[in-house]
Amino acid sequence: MQRVKHNWLNLTLAHTALIAYTIIALFPVVVILVNSFKTRKAIFREPLALPNSETFSLVGYETVLKQGDYFGYFQNSLIVTVGSLFFILLFGAMAAFALSEYRFRGNTLMGLYLAIGIMIPIRLGTVAILQFMVAAGLVNTLTALILVYTASGLPLSVFILSEFMRQVSADLKDAGRIDGLSEYRIFFQLVLPLVRPALATVAVFNMIPIWNDLWFPLILAPGEDTKTLTLGSQVFIGQFVTDWNAVLSGLSLAILPVMILYVIFSKQLIRGITSGAVK
Amino acid sequence: MRPRNIVGIMLAATVLGGAAAAQEVTLTIESWRNDDLTIWQDKIIPAFEAKNPGIKVVFAPTAPAQYNSALNAKLEAGTAGDLITCRPFDGSLQMFEKGYLADLSDMEVLDNFGPVAKSGWSTDDGSATYCIPMASVIHGFIYNKDAFAELGLEEPKTTDEFYALLDKIKEDGTYIPLAMGTADEWEAATMGYANIGSKYWKGEEGRKALIAGKSKLTDPEWVEPYRELARWGQYMGDGFEAQSYPDSQNLFTLGRAAIYPAGSWEISGFNAQADFEMGAFPPPVLPGGECYISDHVDIAMGLNPASPNQEAARTFLSWVGSAEFANLYSNALPGFFSLSNNPVTLEDPLAQEMMSWRESCSSTIRPFAQILGRGTPNLHTEYWVTSANVIRGTMTPEEAGQYMQDALDSWYTPPAQ
Amino acid sequence: MSAEQRPRRRWHIAVFLAPAVLVYTALMILPLFGTLKLSLYEAVDNRQVFVGFDNFATLFGDPNWSESFWRALKNNTWFFFIHMAVQNPIGIAIAAMLSVPALRFKAFYRTAIFIPTILSFVIVGFAWKLILSPLWGIAPGLLDMVGLRHLFQPWLGKEEYALTTIALISVWQFVGIPMMLIYAALLSIPDEILEAGEIDGITGMAAFWKIKLPLILPSIGIISILTFVGNFNAFDLVYTIEGAMAAPNFSTEVMGTFLFRTFFGHQTQPGDPNMGATIAMMMFLIILAGVTIYLFFIQTRMRRYQF
Repeated sequence: MQRVKHNWLNLTLAHTALIAYTIIALFPVVVILVNSFKTRKAIFREPLALPNSETFSLVGYETVLKQGDYFGYFQNSLIVTVGSLFFILLFGAMAAFALSEYRFRGNTLMGLYLAIGIMIPIRLGTVAILQFMVAAGLVNTLTALILVYTASGLPLSVFILSEFMRQVSADLKDAGRIDGLSEYRIFFQLVLPLVRPALATVAVFNMIPIWNDLWFPLILAPGEDTKTLTLGSQVFIGQFVTDWNAVLSGLSLAILPVMILYVIFSKQLIRGITSGAVK
Repeated sequence: MRPRNIVGIMLAATVLGGAAAAQEVTLTIESWRNDDLTIWQDKIIPAFEAKNPGIKVVFAPTAPAQYNSALNAKLEAGTAGDLITCRPFDGSLQMFEKGYLADLSDMEVLDNFGPVAKSGWSTDDGSATYCIPMASVIHGFIYNKDAFAELGLEEPKTTDEFYALLDKIKEDGTYIPLAMGTADEWEAATMGYANIGSKYWKGEEGRKALIAGKSKLTDPEWVEPYRELARWGQYMGDGFEAQSYPDSQNLFTLGRAAIYPAGSWEISGFNAQADFEMGAFPPPVLPGGECYISDHVDIAMGLNPASPNQEAARTFLSWVGSAEFANLYSNALPGFFSLSNNPVTLEDPLAQEMMSWRESCSSTIRPFAQILGRGTPNLHTEYWVTSANVIRGTMTPEEAGQYMQDALDSWYTPPAQ
Repeated sequence: MSAEQRPRRRWHIAVFLAPAVLVYTALMILPLFGTLKLSLYEAVDNRQVFVGFDNFATLFGDPNWSESFWRALKNNTWFFFIHMAVQNPIGIAIAAMLSVPALRFKAFYRTAIFIPTILSFVIVGFAWKLILSPLWGIAPGLLDMVGLRHLFQPWLGKEEYALTTIALISVWQFVGIPMMLIYAALLSIPDEILEAGEIDGITGMAAFWKIKLPLILPSIGIISILTFVGNFNAFDLVYTIEGAMAAPNFSTEVMGTFLFRTFFGHQTQPGDPNMGATIAMMMFLIILAGVTIYLFFIQTRMRRYQF
C-alpha cells in the first residue's frame, strides 16, 4: 500500500519535472513560430500573444517564398544528409567490425589513426578539400558534400560502433562460423542487426551537424541548384535581417521540415534503441 | 528509402547541376552585399544585359561575415567568380599582391575617377589600380523629424547643442535618445568613433600624421573621440549592451528612438520601414571648429585573373565605371554615393542631404583603413572593441588610447622621414 | 583448415577497412595534415619557408598572441565545465525519469526534449538572441510576470555573463544527446538485475544510485569524452550569437573563434594560415591529451569496475 503511494508521488514529481523541462525546450521554437504569423508592430508590442484577427499576417511568408526555392533547398539537404548517413553507417560499421573482431598487426594503430579525425575540425582542411573537389570536377555538386560529410563523420562512428561491437557475444559469431557462414555474412546478417541501437545513435549524432552545416555548402556547393536549406535560410536571413516578419518566417520554414522529419524518424530511432535493449 | 534510390537521386542531381548551357558567356559576381540582391537582379543586371547581348551576369552574394574567408578559399582553389567586389584598402591590396586581382590600370574608364576614389584600390605608390571604384558611404545622424517636431527640437550644429538636445530627449522620456547598441561592436566604431572623431584629428591631416608617426593614439585628438563616446551610454536604450545592429535599426524605424547614428547605406532600408519623416545632420562641430565627415570609399569591383571570360568581364567593368552605372547605382541604392567624376542626380531627399555635406565639410576616410590595418593586431578591427568598451564603460578613454597605441607599436614602424 | 583460413581472413580485414580508410584519408587526413604542416612554415613573399617551431614561440612568447591563447583556453575550459555540470546531469536525470516503466507520455517528452538538438546554430542563435533581447522584451516580460524584473540583465552583452549565457544556450541545445544515450543504456540493463535488487529491498532512488548508475558508467564516460571533444571544437554558436570577434570584448572567445579569425581572417584583417595552423595544432594536442587520459585511465578503470 505504502509502495503504491510512493510510486504515485514519484510519478507526479517526474511528470512535473519533465513538463517543466519540455516547456523550456519548446519555448523558443514556439515563440518563433507564433510570431511569424503576426504583423511587425504586434511582434514588438506583444511578443508572447497569439495572433488574432487584427494582428494576423502572412507577409513574412510571402517575402520568403518569393525569394528562394525552399522546396529545392530542402530536397538538396535531404539528399546530402541521407546519402552521407548511408555511407557513414556502412563504411563506419565495416571498419568498426574489422577493428573489434580481428586481431591483426597494427589494429590499435589503425584505431588511433581513425580516431585522429575526432580531434581536429575538418574545416581546417577546407582549402585542400576544395582543391581536391576542383580536380575531381565535383564543385557545386551534392556528391562533394556527401564525400566530405562521410569522411568527417567516420571517425566518431568507428569509435562508437567499435565500442558496441566489442559487446556482441563471441559465441554467436563462432556459431555462425561453425555453420559455415562467410565473414561478410556474419557481419551483415548477425552483427549488424545486433548493433542497430548503436547505428541509430550514430545516425542521430551525424545527422544533426550534416543537416545544419553552413560552411561546406558555402564553399563547395554555393550554386543555386545545390544550395542546402541551412545555407538558403542563412542567405535569406542576412538579406532581410531587419525585416523580422521575413526572418521569423524564414526560420519557421527552416525549422518545420526538420521537425516533421524528426518526429517521423524518432519512432524508428526509439524502436531501434529499444529493440536492441530487449534481448 | 532504399540506398539504391538515394544513389540514383544523387547521380541525377549531379548531372542536372552540371548541365548549364554554355552558349553565351556567364559572368559571376562575388559580393558581400546580400542586401542588394534584388536590386542587382531587377535593375542593374537587366540594364547591362540589354546593351550587351551574349553576356549574362549572375550576382552571387555571400553573407558579409563570411565573405572574405569564403572568397579566399575559393580563390585559392580556383573556383571563385569572374568579378570580385573589393573591400577598400589593405584587404584588397593583399589580394592584389597575391595575384587574386588583375591589374586594371590600363582601363580607360578609370579616367572617370579622381585620386581619392582610386586610392582605395591602388598600390601605395599609385602605380597600379586593381578595382573600379563604385561607391562611398557617408556617416552622420539620421533623426525622426516627427519626434523632433513633437518635442520642439532643432538640428544641432555644435557638440554642446548636440548633448543639450540628447539631455532634453532623455528628460522627456518618450523617445530613446540614441538608437545604438554595443552587441555588434563595429557599430560603436564606425557609427561612433569614425563618425564623430574626424573633427578632432582634422580628417586627412590627422590620419596622415598618424601613419607618418607624427602623432600618437594617446594624443588628445585621438582620445577625445573616446571621451565623447563615453557619454553616449547614458543616452542609449535599456540593456544596450545586448542590443544588436538590427535591434538598433528596428528601434529607430519603429519610432521608439529619436536619433540614429548612421551610415548612409541605411537610407533605402529606412525609407521602406519607417512611417515617419526623417532628416539628417552631419556630426556636430566643436564650438568654433570646422566640419569634417567620414566619407569612406567603401566598395569597388575587380577582376579575377583566373577567370576564363576576361574580355566579357572587362566589358562589364567598363560599364561599372560609366556614367550610366553611376546614376543607376546611386539611385537604386540611395546612400551609396558614386565615386565617379560624372555628375549624378539623386532623387532621394535624404541621400541628397547627406551628399550635400561634401560641399560644406572636409571628407576623410575611416582612420585605420589604410596601412594601419595591415598588421596583427589589426587596428581597423581593434577599434571596434575599444570603442564598444568605452561606451560600455569597461575601459576609460585613456586606456583605450593606450591600448590602441600599444597594439600599433607592436608591429608598425613609421617610415623614416 | 586454419592454414587455409588465415590468409582469407586477412583479405576480409582489408575489405572491411578499405572504404572507410580511403575516404577518410583522402578527404580528412591529407587536407588536415597539409594544414597542420603549415604551422612549421612562414609565408615570405608568397612562398612557404620552413621555420621550425618559430610560430609556436610566437604563440607563447608574444603577449599579443599568448594572451589571446590563454584567454581562449580558459574560456573554453569554463564552457566545458558548464556542460559537464549542467548538461550531463540534466540529461541523465531526464533519462532516468523516462526509464521508469510506469511513466506515461514517454514518447512525447522524449521527442519534445530532443527537438532543440535538431535545430541549426543559425536558428538557435537567432531565437535566443531574440528572447534575451532587451528590445524585444520577452525575457524582461517573463521576469516581470514573476515580479523579478530587476533581475534582468543584457546577459549577452555583459562581459561577466556572456560566456556562461552562451554555454547555457549550448546546454539547452544539446541536452538531448546525453538524454538519448543514457536512456538507451538504462533500457539495456537486464530486468533480472533490477529484480534481484528488488528482492534485496533496493528500489526507487536507491536502485538508481546503487544498481543503474554503476552500470551506465561506460555510457557516461563516452558522453563526457564526446562533450569534451565537442566543446573544444565549439565555434558556431559563439559565432552566430556574438560574431567572429567574440563580443563583448572577446569575453566569449573560445579556441574555435580564435582559430577561425586567425586562419581565415576577418573583415580587413587578412587570414594567417601559418599562425592559424599553429593554433589548430595546439587544439589538436589539447584534445589528444584529453582523449588519451580517457582511453588509458578512465575507460580501463571503468571496465574493471563493471565486471
